[in-house]
Amino acid sequence: MFKKQDNDAGKIGDAEAEFHYASFNHFLSIPAFLILLFYFPVNASARVITVKHGTEINTLQKALVLAQNGDIIKVTKSTYFIEDLIINKSVSIIGLDYPILDGQKKGNIIVVRAPRVTIKGFIIRNSGISNIRDKAGIRVEKGDSVNIIDNRLENTCFGIYLAKVNGGTISGNTIHGANSVIQSGNGIHLWYSHYIKILNNKISRQRDGIYFEFATHCEISHNLSETNYRYGLHFMFSNDDNYTFNTFRNNGSGVAVMYTKHIRMTNNTFEQNWGTSSYGLLLKDISRSVISYNTFSKNTSGIYMEGSSDVKAEHNNFLNNGLAIRMLADCEKDTFMLNNFMGNTFDFTTNGSENLNYLKGNYWDKYAGYDLNRDKKGDLPYRPVSLYSQIIEKIPSAVFLLRSFMAELLDKAERALPSMSYVNLYDNEPSMHIIRP
Amino acid sequence: MNKIIKYVLHDIFRNRILLAYVVLLSLSSFGLFLMNEDVSKGISNLLTVLLIVIPLVSVLFTTIYFFNSYEFIELLVAQPLKRSKILLGVYAGVGLSLLSAFWLGIGLPVIIFDGTIVGWYFLLSGTLLTMVFVSLAFLASVLTRDKTRGIGIAMLLWFYFTLIFDGIVLMVMFAFSDYPLEKLTIFLSCLNPVDLARIMVLLKMDISALMGYTGAIFNQFFGSSAGIVLAISVMLVWIVMPIALALRIFKRKNL
Repeated sequence: MFKKQDNDAGKIGDAEAEFHYASFNHFLSIPAFLILLFYFPVNASARVITVKHGTEINTLQKALVLAQNGDIIKVTKSTYFIEDLIINKSVSIIGLDYPILDGQKKGNIIVVRAPRVTIKGFIIRNSGISNIRDKAGIRVEKGDSVNIIDNRLENTCFGIYLAKVNGGTISGNTIHGANSVIQSGNGIHLWYSHYIKILNNKISRQRDGIYFEFATHCEISHNLSETNYRYGLHFMFSNDDNYTFNTFRNNGSGVAVMYTKHIRMTNNTFEQNWGTSSYGLLLKDISRSVISYNTFSKNTSGIYMEGSSDVKAEHNNFLNNGLAIRMLADCEKDTFMLNNFMGNTFDFTTNGSENLNYLKGNYWDKYAGYDLNRDKKGDLPYRPVSLYSQIIEKIPSAVFLLRSFMAELLDKAERALPSMSYVNLYDNEPSMHIIRP
Repeated sequence: MNKIIKYVLHDIFRNRILLAYVVLLSLSSFGLFLMNEDVSKGISNLLTVLLIVIPLVSVLFTTIYFFNSYEFIELLVAQPLKRSKILLGVYAGVGLSLLSAFWLGIGLPVIIFDGTIVGWYFLLSGTLLTMVFVSLAFLASVLTRDKTRGIGIAMLLWFYFTLIFDGIVLMVMFAFSDYPLEKLTIFLSCLNPVDLARIMVLLKMDISALMGYTGAIFNQFFGSSAGIVLAISVMLVWIVMPIALALRIFKRKNL
């Protein structure tokens, strides 16, 4: 019986399609009414308020005053000038044909302060610029289960800014920042937020494409983050997150991840991060994490590891990087298995002689050993740290002999008669063939 | 002088050795381009050819040619001709033929497969390098009358510039590794045309980022247009100096 009542309420709402209630309470029994009262915030999505020029409700502000929790506000195509529009009711705001919300470069554009808010289908542009007050296109404060779907953010300082949010989805948004370093904040910024899904977004020309601080249990997949001024992805203290199928391309300094445990990064692409101090992936104090099935191509350093432990890197491709992996001596218990190293200037560099990490079964295109017993593993161990890279480690300016006959001869001589090499790092079972997953 | 150049060119083109050189160059360049899926990899592999084979062939071919046509040069000296014109004529002839071999064997494939700015820098440094080693070979040739010694000096020069010099540089760097060496490396690289040619190409390739990784000043200097102009003019000095010296010696030489 209660079910039926709910349906009735839905129908009435649809039929009215306006903002006044049909009164149907009188035929409800008292307990049913109480239950419905609890239900109402979820199920009253039936009500639709339309914002349209020329009608009584011609601004979002008016619609928000009239709306109640669970209502849908549809916004027709036009340009609306708004500043710090605070959404403190659980409503869905849906743009028809991408209406434009213009912040006139003053403050935030939309500020969400209620749970279960949906913002979908808008062009949001020209937020104010401030890195002290972090002005954003869409700012969500404690708005749990927020949905930000299919918007285009242009020329906003911060794009989407989540603070203390639990649960929610950010998907299909395009965020294109201001064309200036000073004026840009982060594309998607999460602070103290948990269980957020970030899917299919495109972010470019921001400071950091995606920035996490204390954001845990998040799912980040199929995003494209490119040409950002600093990092394509940057996170700190953000444990238990999952990064899959993302592409980080041509960012100022690549991707930097720091002070974090239990990360899974799989099937991502890190490419074209060329620059004097640019990384495909910078790992600093990362532990108990998995990096697998990723492609690192054309980066100055494919992976740069500092103070990282218990990181498993498997089935990755390192192609045409300057340094495929640079691992500082404070890394321990890291495992590199079944990776392909092809066309890198240096496969591996390190700054110490002791090694507490483990390499096995990788394919190295520079490996010149043989396989007499036909088990598809090279009979001689491969030393990925070349003599010349150790010379550069000691005398950085020796890099100017890169690719000279002298440098190549030194490496060849060292491979033939390993005597000078002091780094204790081997792959004891190098693969003879390129590894295909 | 034009007649001398014409005669030298005619003489060299009849020779099979130059043809073999063209074939060697084009085989290696086509081979490297076709084997590598990535064109820039092809260029970076060709760099080894550029830095080792081209200087070697240029210096050897020139020296051997000079001594083989020694009698012809003696004959010309007996004519009412200026000695400088004779030597410059032979120089231009040999230089032109080696350059045409370089452009046929490497220039053509590079333009076909690559054609980017890196390719053009590659060809520019190849051209300059060829001429540098032709000049050096002339210097080696006029220093002595004995063919074997001449070839020996030429080989030593090649060996010095491709290997020994870099070895010495490395030793110096080891010895003075406590001091800032970045500016010194700029100066040192100017002392070796092979290093200059290599750096000109490398800094145009993506690998420049790697250079900048530790040698920021170096990268900044040779990456700027002023640095490139300087590199090219130093290479030109390396072409002009040896041949001018050779001319001086040749003029006074008792043949």
